[in-house]
Amino acid sequence: MPTITIDDRKIDAKAGQTIIQAALENGMDVPHFCWHPSLSVAGNCRMCLVDVGMPKMNPDRTPALDDNGNPVIMFMPKLQIACATQVSEGMVVRLGHPKVETAQNAVMEFLLVNHPLDCPICDEAGQCKLQEYGYKHSNGASRFDETKNHKDKRVSLGPNVLFDGERCISCSRCIRYAKEEAEQPVLSFVQRGDHVTIETFPGTQFDSPYSMNVIEICPVGALTSPDFRFKARVWDMSFNETICTGCSRGCNTQAGVRNNEILRLEPNTNMDVNQYWMCDHGRLTQYDFVNQNRVTKPLVRSNGTLAETDWNDAIQKATELLKGVNGSEIAVLGSSRATNEDNYALARLAKEVLKTPNVDFFRFENASFGDAKLRKSDMSPNSIGADAVGVKPSAGGVSAKDLAAKISSGAIKALYVLDDDIAALSPELASALDKLKVLIVHAHNHTATAKKAHVVFASATYAELEGTYTNFQNRVQHVEPFIVTTENERKMGMKMSRLDKFGAHNDRWTQGERRNCRQSWRVITSLAKGLGANADAWRYRASEDVFEELADKISFFSGLDYALLDERKGVVSGEAEKEFAPAFEYESHTLKPN
Amino acid sequence: MANINTNTRAQKMTFWEKIYLPEIAKGLSLTFKQIFEPKITRSYPEERFEPTGSYRGRPVLVLEEEGERCVACGLCSRVCPALAIEVQAGETLTRDKERYPEKFEINMLRCIFCGFCEEVCPEEAIVMSKDYEMVYQNREDAILGKDKLLVPVAQLQDRLEYLRTHQYYEPKAA
Ligand code: SF4
Ligand code: SF4
Ligand code: SF4
Ligand code: SF4
Ligand code: FES
Repeated sequence: MPTITIDDRKIDAKAGQTIIQAALENGMDVPHFCWHPSLSVAGNCRMCLVDVGMPKMNPDRTPALDDNGNPVIMFMPKLQIACATQVSEGMVVRLGHPKVETAQNAVMEFLLVNHPLDCPICDEAGQCKLQEYGYKHSNGASRFDETKNHKDKRVSLGPNVLFDGERCISCSRCIRYAKEEAEQPVLSFVQRGDHVTIETFPGTQFDSPYSMNVIEICPVGALTSPDFRFKARVWDMSFNETICTGCSRGCNTQAGVRNNEILRLEPNTNMDVNQYWMCDHGRLTQYDFVNQNRVTKPLVRSNGTLAETDWNDAIQKATELLKGVNGSEIAVLGSSRATNEDNYALARLAKEVLKTPNVDFFRFENASFGDAKLRKSDMSPNSIGADAVGVKPSAGGVSAKDLAAKISSGAIKALYVLDDDIAALSPELASALDKLKVLIVHAHNHTATAKKAHVVFASATYAELEGTYTNFQNRVQHVEPFIVTTENERKMGMKMSRLDKFGAHNDRWTQGERRNCRQSWRVITSLAKGLGANADAWRYRASEDVFEELADKISFFSGLDYALLDERKGVVSGEAEKEFAPAFEYESHTLKPN
Repeated sequence: MANINTNTRAQKMTFWEKIYLPEIAKGLSLTFKQIFEPKITRSYPEERFEPTGSYRGRPVLVLEEEGERCVACGLCSRVCPALAIEVQAGETLTRDKERYPEKFEINMLRCIFCGFCEEVCPEEAIVMSKDYEMVYQNREDAILGKDKLLVPVAQLQDRLEYLRTHQYYEPKAA
């Protein structure tokens, strides 16, 4: 373990580490553009230049000491790049030396020679490394008063990535990402000097399922997302942490929200789940169903049509309908897309109140989706959790796969569905649903299933609820709401944008849809009480109460609670007692202050 | 604390002040003097006040021949202390600027005429006009969209000239 000194601080670095790693891990910032912890070292931006010195050695290989007995340090005649210089015993690094500051200023002046400075129309503005360093490490002056080079500003590198040649600072992060992480080496520099730009090889395009991560790692705004382009300025959005529900990986993400609408999703670092990345599928599919076509209030069918009503009415109607059917004729479907809490409450309702053995859920397996990187073929966030909390048929119960047949034969007369659009799964199931006497559905959207239902409970999506999901690693992850509903009404701790904070009720930019949807466990609790269950056994006031009970009763979750899940960014089942040391997490560039 | 009833202002008045009449005459003499001074009031609206370029009236968007100057950067909206401005950018492929304001609204009930929007605009696309006649029948009418905000550049020459001659800041010398 070499001991090095960075700006008068003694640091125990790890052998083989570079200076930049040692500094960042110890909370010191070294400005850099091209270095990224998961990519190879390119050393081409020169922003990380630092002053490096080594102890002077006597001919007998002992350190030379000065008159005060301190080692004599010989500084190298030229500055070194911190991203490619390995630490060694006794090394002294000066990050804030005037020589270093001069060099940083010179690098910034060079990088800005041909930079278009079009921050006002650039999506990166506000979270751009070049902007940040422009303030911190440059004096803002340029000696270049000739005409700037012009390059193409709207080149499509792939279906989900647009490239602006003028903004590019040629750091090569995208090229290395495509090669090393996305494993699709199609990007390359072409031309030389100030004409250098980035192209895909002829006949190829960058269409990897992970292509959009280059948009974040690009330190500037040279790479933009056609899906997001110009939708909002970053400082107008709030960024709350959540997880992706696109597959059972459960990538940690953050959602950019303005006016109660999700405008973009981007990965959040979690070295144990998704590192720095997420897949394009998750990024592009996990917000439309939250923003659009929502069931905004409970619906009850009267005279053949579904009409909006209030919660008491809907719950009462559902109670009446369920009372008219025998327990064994009711089937209850949980959901691998709903939280552990919701599934647990549903399993209790089925077993303790409705007294039916017919409890199950559908799985969303898609072998062609899974790959060796992040994507898993189980395309739902919580099938392990649904299983663990007991959403499975008891002895003699009807399973999900037999459901259509049992409905058609008349053995099942009533069906209770959590969240999933089961009518879309198979035509048999869709037509079987028409035969049911009672169909009660929790739905996010006006799906085919919801359209056939007798009672529809407006259900909160992952964006609006508090709960936990269990990913394929058995890792339980906690999510909190970031979209406002009448139920959560700005839960404590929800991050808000400036517009959220200062908007009045009559501003046009605060009129985003505020839905009257509820978390399923809350509805199920009311229903259980309506069906005559002992109120003492259904005393949930918050998601946390449900989770406490389930951690208590189900060994899979034992020892877990929300505080622990938050502290460790998710905990694997059975590892609650395990020693935990927070890992260093690299953040390339984000909106500051956030 | 006891009431203070010694050495009050009334007790300190002189005899002439106490009888009050001379003071009234003094006051009225000032009034009568004003009657013969030149008038500075105006019979608005028959006689209108025509401000100079330095006047900060209703903020408007500059309209050029090929369209608005605004690139929907949202900086005016960010800097506006009253949160009066809402901008939604759109993408255009037909003009050489990639962005244009799909929606641009100023809520005149919020605006405090500070001129920050004009100062921050990188395109000189929003300027303070000479318009000071703002009467709205209801709140909705006070939210002005692009149709009401866009003003041809020819009508804004005074202000643009003023801005050019009165730089808010000196650019840092290289
Ligand atoms: S596009 Fe971005 S990531 Fe790629 S080389 Fe240019 S600046 Fe770097
Ligand atoms: S890998 Fe799965 S969890 Fe991660 S972003 Fe893609 S769909 Fe979402
Ligand atoms: S003048 Fe001031 S208050 Fe009015 S819109 Fe501009 S920045 Fe906002
Ligand atoms: S600052 Fe200027 S260019 Fe930017 S949105 Fe406002 S008016 Fe348009
Ligand atoms: S970060 Fe070291 S040269 Fe770019």
